[in-house]
Amino acid sequence: MAEQVRVRRLMPPGHVRAPAYLRGKEGVVHQSLGPFANPEQLAYGVPAGRKNLFRVLFTMREIWGDRAERPDDTLCVELYEHWLERLD
Amino acid sequence: MPHDHHDHGHDHDHDHGHGHGHGHDHGALSPSGHPYRADNDGRLTYWQQMEIAIRELLVEKDVTTPAAIAAQIDLMDSRSPANGAALVAKAWTDPAFKARVLDNAGDAAREMGFDIGPLHLIAVENTESLHNVIVCTLCSCYPRNLLGLPPDWYKTRAYRSRTVREPRAVLREFGLDLPEATEVRVHDSTADMRYIVLPARPEGTEGMDEAALAALVTRDSMIGTGLPRQPGT
Repeated sequence: MAEQVRVRRLMPPGHVRAPAYLRGKEGVVHQSLGPFANPEQLAYGVPAGRKNLFRVLFTMREIWGDRAERPDDTLCVELYEHWLERLD
Repeated sequence: MPHDHHDHGHDHDHDHGHGHGHGHDHGALSPSGHPYRADNDGRLTYWQQMEIAIRELLVEKDVTTPAAIAAQIDLMDSRSPANGAALVAKAWTDPAFKARVLDNAGDAAREMGFDIGPLHLIAVENTESLHNVIVCTLCSCYPRNLLGLPPDWYKTRAYRSRTVREPRAVLREFGLDLPEATEVRVHDSTADMRYIVLPARPEGTEGMDEAALAALVTRDSMIGTGLPRQPGT
């Protein structure tokens, strides 16, 4: 487990489910939730492929840097596989 | 009713006939000090018209009925934080059930007989060293099918943006000042899961039964913006 990932630094228009404040941030896969219909396609009524969904854990230090309220606090968020790149 | 005019602005000065003169006293308040809500006399918005048109078409084509729609609204209104409180209390008293809650909280809720539809529910457990709090930054995802409708503040931009940025400051405003040694973990409910906090069982509750324990479990303690009540308070 403990797979290191980075959220893709993309800013596409339209309905996306990866919060902008996490783009480019690195975290650790906390839980694998299995495949779900891609909401970014469901939102437009087009056929939706199934994408694996993960809970990814970030430190507040990674997200907010020196401005973090308490750097060792954490944030856990659901992200689809197409938003994640593996760091090996 | 006499308060319909209050949203009409300050550019007219006819007497409203109930004693407050010439248009500069539009902020009339109820006896309890709250502003009156204006009647909804405006035109329907585009999306309101769209909702009515689609609903009427679905009824005309026998896809659904007004009674079925009303029944769904009743079902949603019947859901309340008491459902979640019962689940938390059972988890506090039954270790095997608690294990099932932490494994799959949705199935555990179904096991208790709650009609939660297709809800995917994750329970996150508070411990001495970890405090969980739930937010949805992208919209206002909330485990409605178990807890009913979310509180209004949960849907505000202030709560949604600040909780990921300065959770401790937000929690202090809720009256929850956590020790520096406790890790705060914010869960941003961005996709298909919904979350409920499994708060820690308060001290001094040994021997209390499930019903008495459930009465200690507040809605906010299941969102993470509060703790359960202490017994005797």
